[in-house]
Amino acid sequence: MLSKRIIPCLDVHNGRVVKGVNFVNLRDAGDPVEIAKEYDRQGADELVFLDITASSDARNIVIDMVEAVASQVFIPFTVGGGIRTVEDFRDILRAGADKISINSSAVENPQLIHDAAEKFGSQCVVVAMDVKRKEDGNYSVYVHGGRKDTGIDALEWAKKAEALGAGEILLTAMDSDGTKNGYDNAITAKISEMVSIPVIASGGAGKLEHFYDGIVKGKADAVLAASLFHYKELTIRQVKEYLKERDIPVRI
Amino acid sequence: MISIIDYGAGNLNSVEKAVRFLGFECTVTGDRDEILSSDKLILPGVGAFEDAMKHLQDTGLHRAVYDAVEKKIPILGICLGMQLFYEQSEEGNGPLGLGILKGKIKRFPDTLDLKIPQMGWNNLKIQKKCRLFDGLENPYVYFVHSYYLEAENRNEVAATCEYGISFDAAVETGSIFLTQFHPEKSGETGLKILKNFME
Repeated sequence: MLSKRIIPCLDVHNGRVVKGVNFVNLRDAGDPVEIAKEYDRQGADELVFLDITASSDARNIVIDMVEAVASQVFIPFTVGGGIRTVEDFRDILRAGADKISINSSAVENPQLIHDAAEKFGSQCVVVAMDVKRKEDGNYSVYVHGGRKDTGIDALEWAKKAEALGAGEILLTAMDSDGTKNGYDNAITAKISEMVSIPVIASGGAGKLEHFYDGIVKGKADAVLAASLFHYKELTIRQVKEYLKERDIPVRI
Repeated sequence: MISIIDYGAGNLNSVEKAVRFLGFECTVTGDRDEILSSDKLILPGVGAFEDAMKHLQDTGLHRAVYDAVEKKIPILGICLGMQLFYEQSEEGNGPLGLGILKGKIKRFPDTLDLKIPQMGWNNLKIQKKCRLFDGLENPYVYFVHSYYLEAENRNEVAATCEYGISFDAAVETGSIFLTQFHPEKSGETGLKILKNFME
């Protein structure tokens, strides 16, 4: 049976993992390769690297990082942040990434989803959506790290992204993100039921039951968390064992 | 020497990196002579069946694959590289494959209420004693695919897997080794499978 995926997300700045990873056994807590290896050992099903470097020469640094990770770690990983063109896709995939996530650039230029999917296959095109609940109960898509409301309806955008060739949706509910109060299962379930591609729930995981709820109530195909794993508040193993006891298929 | 066949389709680097990580020498090549003088071959592939087949034919490398099979050089086809060994796919306009083995490549039915592609880790049901899975018991491996193999000759099937339906996830027959999943992305298990092939 296909297992539900548990995915740690790492923020990267200038080729270094930032926002603190707290693994005592690492020689270098900022080294993406060491951290990726450690997560692989812990049983992570995939990894997401989110590049938050703003400078223009960032691309080469990211490519070096991808190359280094791909030479040492043999589970799938996604790279996101600042990817705007089909050439960016090509360079990062060639360096060894399995998937690319695009967020603002996809909203600004939806054709990028189509072009990248046509060129490299849908399987490597992840559309990341940051969504926020409106007063009327619907959700709006935000871009630029959640600073700008596009006014685009989240359901419409998810449908469009799928139609254009996205292979997966990485859904972050901004109201939940950082709260540790659980994923926004309402919007996750709505989108997951509407599209036929996998949906990764992101934002809000703080306890074991949040992962369970994200999968059962949110109908997510995969669940993502960052600081919770980095600070070892929970280990991936703990999450998987908890899920397994509750009959959720996981890879242990 | 292990050669990864470069026919201009898909990402060959992950496979190359995994082979090197395991300490084997390998080259990525589209050169027929080099391919046919290799000890082992790997045929990777991602993307569309029809495009990949066209690339193989345009480069003339489809003949190198036929000759390699004829010469019994062990060859590992991965993902789309597996599917290409069969007669025909349901993808797009129903393109013909290499037809080295008998069977069809079908699309997961939409009626099953499953996400398509199947993306993630699924466990194999090993069907026979074979080289690829030596030392492994119904392991979890990583899949990304919308189409699957239904092999005609059941005794060629090394492992099946369940995704709504049961499908053929690995094949082993003579010098031909095929996996629908990605051993190069299946962590330690995947590395073991690659090692089993290469040793």
